Amino acid sequence: MKAAIILFPGTNRERDMAAAIRRAGGMPEIVWHGEPTLPACDVAILPGGFSYGDYLRCGAIAAHSPILRDVVQKANSGLTVLGVCNGFQMLLETGLLPGALMRNESIKFVCHDAHLTVERSDTRFTRAYNAGAVAQVVVAHGDGNYFADEATLDRLEGEGQVLFRYCDTEGAVTETANPNGSQRNIAGIINAKGNVLGMMPHPEDATAAFQGSTDGLGLFRSLSGFFGPGREAA
Amino acid sequence: MKARVTVTLKNGVLDPQGKAIHHALDALGFSGVEDVRQGKLIELELAGSDRASAEREVADMSEKLLANTVIENYAIEIVE
Repeated sequence: MKAAIILFPGTNRERDMAAAIRRAGGMPEIVWHGEPTLPACDVAILPGGFSYGDYLRCGAIAAHSPILRDVVQKANSGLTVLGVCNGFQMLLETGLLPGALMRNESIKFVCHDAHLTVERSDTRFTRAYNAGAVAQVVVAHGDGNYFADEATLDRLEGEGQVLFRYCDTEGAVTETANPNGSQRNIAGIINAKGNVLGMMPHPEDATAAFQGSTDGLGLFRSLSGFFGPGREAA
Repeated sequence: MKARVTVTLKNGVLDPQGKAIHHALDALGFSGVEDVRQGKLIELELAGSDRASAEREVADMSEKLLANTVIENYAIEIVE
């Protein structure tokens, strides 16, 4: 699996992401946003941080950069794309995924462990998990409050596009387990074709024992299993 | 020519910042406030002088970048 991790001014999680890819046996490459096109890769990753200082809206400026236009085009033809935190905000701003991320309900930046239910195990992002598994990861954001209108939420649920929900340590999806006010405790969604995932929590920060959890490694192993660990991208 | 774009959250979209401002106003003794919504004001200096085409252009900018129409409305005012 070859993963291209796109670096914008203000991105700060690219190296954590690269380490997670390596831990899953993949080959990461960090790509500067000024490149006009994406290099050959199996997965394009938009990591977390504060691209362009969160000016205007989180992810809005990055979403209109030339390299993201190329990512959108390739995603529409089937390229696998993962956006985490600020990367999820970018994916929503490009329209690759529906909805928007608003300021946390508490108006506070949240930074702590969080538990997620893995709603499906039949996607390229979650094939290493059992459906219904509970994964301990990390949240670190100020604008992670997922919003979409009721019709969109019902469609997402109906099509099985909600991939992760905030839950307690036992897997119960409760209001107190929701760190930011996201509708229906939504933490991550995929597109209808299943090749684009956006999620607010950080799976890359739960891929080694010293990080306190390795529950996020399954996501990267899922991808490396899907593409083959050492395979060169076409 | 100058254009002003006012971006506000749509009705029904929770505005935590507006809520916080409301609480702060309450704490200051301004008890007559029923609701607070926070938005943004974007001012643009435009090169052209045709009002109608400026309005069209700014509407296009608002749709593509200045507002996120999933959660926000925008209003355009051509000032001079």
